[in-house]
Amino acid sequence: MKGKLLTGNVAAAAAARLARVDYVPAYPITPQTEIIETIADWVREGTMDSRFVQLESEHSMMTAAGAASLAGARVFTATSSQGMLYTLEMLYNISGWRAPMLLANVSRGVAAPIVLEPDHNDVLSARDSGFLQLHSETCQEVADLVLLAYRVAEDKRVMLPAIVNLDGFYLSFTREPVLLPEQDAVDSFLPPYEPINPLRASKPVSRGTTVFEGFMYSYLRYNTHAAALRAKKVFEEAAKVYEELFGRAYGPVEGFMLDDAEYVLVMSNSFTALGRQAVKRMRERGVRAGLLKLRMVRPFPSEEIAALLGGRKVVAVFDQNLAPGLGGILYPEVAASLYHVRGRPKAILPVVGALGGKQTTAKEMGAIFEEMMAIDKEGKTPRPMFLMREDELTRVKKMVAVAEGGS
Amino acid sequence: MAATTRFKTLKDMPADDYLSPGNTLCAGCGGILAVRIFHKVLGPNVAWVNAAGCMTVTMSYPLSPLKSNWLYTAFASAPAGAQGVRDALDVLIAKGKIPASEDLKVVVVTGDGAAYDIGLQSTAGAIDRRLDFYYLCYDNEAYGNTGFQVSSSTPYGSSTKTTPATAAYPLGNIVRKKDLFEVWRSMKAPYVATLSNSHGLDFLRKVEKGMGIKGPKLYIALAACPTGWGFDSRDSIELEKLAVQTGVWPLRESVDGVVRHTLVPRVLTPVKTYLKTQERFSHLFEPVENTQAIDTIQESINGYWKEAGAREGFEIKVPEGTGR
Repeated sequence: MKGKLLTGNVAAAAAARLARVDYVPAYPITPQTEIIETIADWVREGTMDSRFVQLESEHSMMTAAGAASLAGARVFTATSSQGMLYTLEMLYNISGWRAPMLLANVSRGVAAPIVLEPDHNDVLSARDSGFLQLHSETCQEVADLVLLAYRVAEDKRVMLPAIVNLDGFYLSFTREPVLLPEQDAVDSFLPPYEPINPLRASKPVSRGTTVFEGFMYSYLRYNTHAAALRAKKVFEEAAKVYEELFGRAYGPVEGFMLDDAEYVLVMSNSFTALGRQAVKRMRERGVRAGLLKLRMVRPFPSEEIAALLGGRKVVAVFDQNLAPGLGGILYPEVAASLYHVRGRPKAILPVVGALGGKQTTAKEMGAIFEEMMAIDKEGKTPRPMFLMREDELTRVKKMVAVAEGGS
Repeated sequence: MAATTRFKTLKDMPADDYLSPGNTLCAGCGGILAVRIFHKVLGPNVAWVNAAGCMTVTMSYPLSPLKSNWLYTAFASAPAGAQGVRDALDVLIAKGKIPASEDLKVVVVTGDGAAYDIGLQSTAGAIDRRLDFYYLCYDNEAYGNTGFQVSSSTPYGSSTKTTPATAAYPLGNIVRKKDLFEVWRSMKAPYVATLSNSHGLDFLRKVEKGMGIKGPKLYIALAACPTGWGFDSRDSIELEKLAVQTGVWPLRESVDGVVRHTLVPRVLTPVKTYLKTQERFSHLFEPVENTQAIDTIQESINGYWKEAGAREGFEIKVPEGTGR
């Protein structure tokens, strides 16, 4: 079967249409715009039965989205970068409301300085918000994860909002073959949203009320945590049905050449394709290289990481994000998942790279494996790697010279 | 209006109450009284959409005095919450997913901090989009719930916790109160009105009138605040009445941009009598009377009413010689 050539943005919009979303509140930001423009077109052409409204900020967009979910609508929206930060307050509210909805985040580095291409500081800023997070490597995955995310988010055992992440430019504006499921099959996979205690005339409810006392707050927060943890099992169940219906299998994580791998690179999103190439090259040289892709970031797949990475010699975590003063954001999460594992890797190498969508070469990816081997064989102390090539540094120096008035 | 209204006298105020007796707000709170009266007119099928303020803390799990729907959103974005609720109900009814009998009137309720300051952007957005909703601002002229800090609704000469009157700053707040009525009117809201709990019939009729108008309907209710303003809680209504009689709180409405004062105080009571009743203005009288400041306030009120009279064709008698 050959899919239609779709950008990641159109794949997200198409999946939202297949999910028969009722409501799409929107606010434009590069590189997310194509999603909301596409939906606006479809709604106005009459090929998508949803209400589309453009609000005056991401903060309002998400407020409307969460409120509409509480009123019983299936809601879809999208943002990027600064938009994610601008609405961050509402993410905590919406998960606290236990209002399922879907937010597609088209990753873009966060200002300052302003940049358009992706890294994951935007989506990972939401890591503690209570939104589930699924991250995509391909345009096909974007479409599939949107549909899966609705089923998981709206499951009565979960009732939490979700983010599906796709990298700006690398997926958002890149056409790839995408198989879109038939509407009938999607309808059987994803029944209509059944809200719990929606705002209604016949049975009034109070939502988002204060609790004041710490014990009550703690109880409700623990509840949200428990629901987020349950989401993994619910995802696996949903993914099984999805595979039966559509033939594509998705787990919380995905291994690549992992069976006998001694050196494993952990990463997520579209740059994983570069990681796969690097693994193949290392394999050609006889190195037992492998890769573990994180598809699910919330709930964090600690058990899968422990099960799949225990017994490996060295693991490297490729963080396409930076927490200044700490390093990569996912590194400590992976390291914590492995701490109690018998036969845990002798070292876990922190790597930060591809910030702002920095072009990353096979050589750079290869260098990560070289470093893992040096740590293993030469007893080299693992020190954080920050990827930057000589030729890039030369360009940096040139730009600085120009900015300072030189030639 | 009188020809079509169901409210002929104050006795026509609906007996049905949608707030149970007893709540956690201060005794004498003008805000909750405004909510109560507003609700009586709208009837039972309401979704209140709230931003941070005094009303937020009275809807506290597991108790609520409210018999209708309630949604707390966030400080800055209650009107966007109203957008989501309105749109969701519309689309679900249109798709036949819920019966039309489940429909709700969507009412944003916030204090002046949200309405005048942090939520003004989302309010403007909702007005631009012609959202069919009510906005009830209970205006106590400061951030009351956090202990009375200045807002852009705070009047000139009021002391607040963040604009305290001191020897170096003898006036307290020196910024004039924002005219939110005019802000909303300039954005072409089809209906804008001010309310006072002391003028119940005017209040009832304005809510009733708004119910016949589709689009954004905006109400600013004076909310006497015993704790913030510093007066005895039993005097709330008297104080609101005085605010109207002194012309400090004009009762007015705007229908499609045309402004009409619904109560014209033919002889304005000197503002000094109003200022004197409240602790927040006490620095204007002690240790010595600040006649200059009181004059400035009086002149500003006089100017407002002269201008309004010229525009609407009424004449009123303003106090001579001001506060002296």
